[in-house]
Amino acid sequence: MTLGQERRVVITGMGVTVPGGIGKKAFWELISSGRTATRAITFFDAAPYRSRVAAECDFDPVAAGLSKQEIRRMDRAAQFAVVCVDECLEDSGLEPDGLDPARVGTSVGTAVGCTMSLEEEYSVVSDAGRRWLVDHTYGVPHLFDYLVPSSIAAEVAWRVGAEGPAAVISTGCTSGLDAVGHACALIREGSADVMIAGAADAPISPITVACFDAIKATTPGNHAPERASRPFDRGRDGFVLGEGAAMFILEEREHALRRGAHVYAEIAGFATRCNAYHMTGLRPDGREMAEAIKLALAEARVDPADVDYINAHGSGTKQNDRHETAAYKRSLGHHAYTTPVSSIKSMVGHSLGAIGSIEIAASALAIQHDTVPPTANLHEPDPECDLDYVPLHAREWRTDVALSVGSGFGGFQSAMVLSGPERVNQ
Amino acid sequence: MSRAVVTGVGIAAPTGLGTAAYWAATVKGENGIGPITRFDASGYPARLAGEVPGFDPLDHLPSRLIPQTDRLTQLALVAADWSLADAGVQPKTLPEFGMGVITASSSGGFEFGQRELEKLWGKGPEHVSAYQSFAWFYAVNTGQISIRHGMRGPSGVLVTEQAGGLDAVAQARRQIRRGVGLLVTGGADASLCPWGWVAQLARGQVSTRTDPDRSYLPFDAEASGYVPGEGAALLVLEEAESARRNGRRVYGEIAGYGATFDPRPGSGRPPGLRRAMEIALADAEMAPADIDVIFADGAGLPEPDRQEAEAIQAVFTAPVPVTVPKAATGRLYSGGSALDLATALLSLAEGVIPPTPNVTDPVCDLELVTGRARTAPLRAALVLARGHGGFNSAMVVRAP
Repeated sequence: MTLGQERRVVITGMGVTVPGGIGKKAFWELISSGRTATRAITFFDAAPYRSRVAAECDFDPVAAGLSKQEIRRMDRAAQFAVVCVDECLEDSGLEPDGLDPARVGTSVGTAVGCTMSLEEEYSVVSDAGRRWLVDHTYGVPHLFDYLVPSSIAAEVAWRVGAEGPAAVISTGCTSGLDAVGHACALIREGSADVMIAGAADAPISPITVACFDAIKATTPGNHAPERASRPFDRGRDGFVLGEGAAMFILEEREHALRRGAHVYAEIAGFATRCNAYHMTGLRPDGREMAEAIKLALAEARVDPADVDYINAHGSGTKQNDRHETAAYKRSLGHHAYTTPVSSIKSMVGHSLGAIGSIEIAASALAIQHDTVPPTANLHEPDPECDLDYVPLHAREWRTDVALSVGSGFGGFQSAMVLSGPERVNQ
Repeated sequence: MSRAVVTGVGIAAPTGLGTAAYWAATVKGENGIGPITRFDASGYPARLAGEVPGFDPLDHLPSRLIPQTDRLTQLALVAADWSLADAGVQPKTLPEFGMGVITASSSGGFEFGQRELEKLWGKGPEHVSAYQSFAWFYAVNTGQISIRHGMRGPSGVLVTEQAGGLDAVAQARRQIRRGVGLLVTGGADASLCPWGWVAQLARGQVSTRTDPDRSYLPFDAEASGYVPGEGAALLVLEEAESARRNGRRVYGEIAGYGATFDPRPGSGRPPGLRRAMEIALADAEMAPADIDVIFADGAGLPEPDRQEAEAIQAVFTAPVPVTVPKAATGRLYSGGSALDLATALLSLAEGVIPPTPNVTDPVCDLELVTGRARTAPLRAALVLARGHGGFNSAMVVRAP
């Protein structure tokens, strides 16, 4: 295959649901303003928990256009996903009726699937944990769909009438990058021309909060919830759990150009590696993440010097932010010091599997607006985190190439390279 | 394009722990379905399952891994160990970024999750284990296998219910084509705890029969639902040329794959299984006549069985033997399609089509292999899997 015949993948539609902003417009307003959407948990009484802060979506499924039956059968994560599908489809200008369903695929990332509904239903069938032999007569009909989260991909596919390959990709906190990466692979190999791809998670429930409490991964900064997510700051003390979704219309480049679609960006490179080190721990040298970054850049045929912006994983845990800083130096060399790096988790929290896709949206919007969103709450950088993290305020910055990076439990390290419309036309 | 071949098989199934035991039982059509022993199921409308018998994780794994893993992961880790040993691979001698792990799971470490939920709701959040942060989620098997064997290459996790085992192997084949040397891939599921059981019952398709030999009867006049099971099948996938150079035993090649999704319910459009088969055959550059045996999904309910039979008949105009060995194990979800794939590879290697156990009155117009195993020279097999909600996958495996 010659270079000219290679199938390339572009983003032509985007839908975003995040804390502090439903819809891509509200999302960009939030993250370019440097405001934070973290707050004291309202979903349940968090008094007995160590970390009582979260980034919650003010999401009304009825207002978002879901029917009574859809609301009943879908977990909150699936609701986020389909609402984003509606938005991204409209944004793309694609008419589902004009597509060959067989050529449209689905790839949805999620780290913990339908965990919120599962816990709610568990509390009923177990009568609040009193019965090991839980009572099946209290099981709701959609319990199996909550058990197996491929139901989320099914909902997304039904929304669009997609009949091509469909899957949930569940690689923990890199799911959102990996699901989009998977979608790109399917378009490139010719298995689909259009992919509905993205990720959703709604993990703010007692069991998830409790398990992160147990390993002290989340912040105990309950006194000032709006300042609790502090990536790269010396005083950072853990991440803030979030929720949300982002979904995209991905198209084979020629398919998009033929119909004169608006192109946000090309997904030019993607790679994932595993650290094979520890289920939750990271080696400080960032070797595997650096390897993923180098491979993604190579696939995109982009030199480290040409990276204009890095959308960091930046979770705000002690170990992550150092690990990641080391990985940037290892992969980009001295360019790491001159490239703006920022973490939107400072504003929208860490929505586990969803955040990777939300960060792809942020990267694509940074390219569109030639503006880099800031790292909020970064007042006093950790001396070991010595890069340009764009503290507090967004920066106007010519951005043609953005690198989006994720890291997660299980050792997954993923990197994606997005390039702007100018390069897409080359 | 580089070809992907299977060089190692590891199996932990209700009909046998280890490939040799599993294959011996499968050829004889021995039934692995029985009354649930893992918990008291007497109060539930369904009381049969396919449990992996005699599995003590301490026989196979370091003791430090036991408290941090669900049974699901223990089965997956052991099957992965066995697949690598079977292939004669010593991962420590291979390039770390040249090996990856891609697995499928449908429900994660659910029994572990139930215990932690019980602590949380019954005693309070401070009683929840630190291991809950990773022991139950869908990515746990890939993470644990990669750590155990130092595999730092591209990894992945798929959830497509029963289709997951095939989808994971297809993903692994993509990585072989991109130049990765070796992947451990397949599927595992185990949620035989009360909470997992109740969630499975909610689907409304679990057989409530009490006779293990009459409970899960795909394509039979008495089909009345399926029996859930637990188990894992992991394969070692390598690039064909490098496998040859290293003198590996090759079970077969992953020659073709197709995946589709069914139309939205009520749309009136035709289901997608037929198309998945056609895509897989075209991908393998094979005609239906090149397929010597089909390992069907076999839902065990009249309507989906009829749909599957119709799809097979539409693609295969000449009769071809069809078998559903999983009638002896129950449906193992993601582990089930991976196990079917492993069984198909063993069939090719041995020239034996194992029977569909327990089925005595097939009603679909298929050449269903029942009763005794059939001996035949086998060149290629087609494996079908259908995941709840509409996921269809078809995979063609070719004898070396």
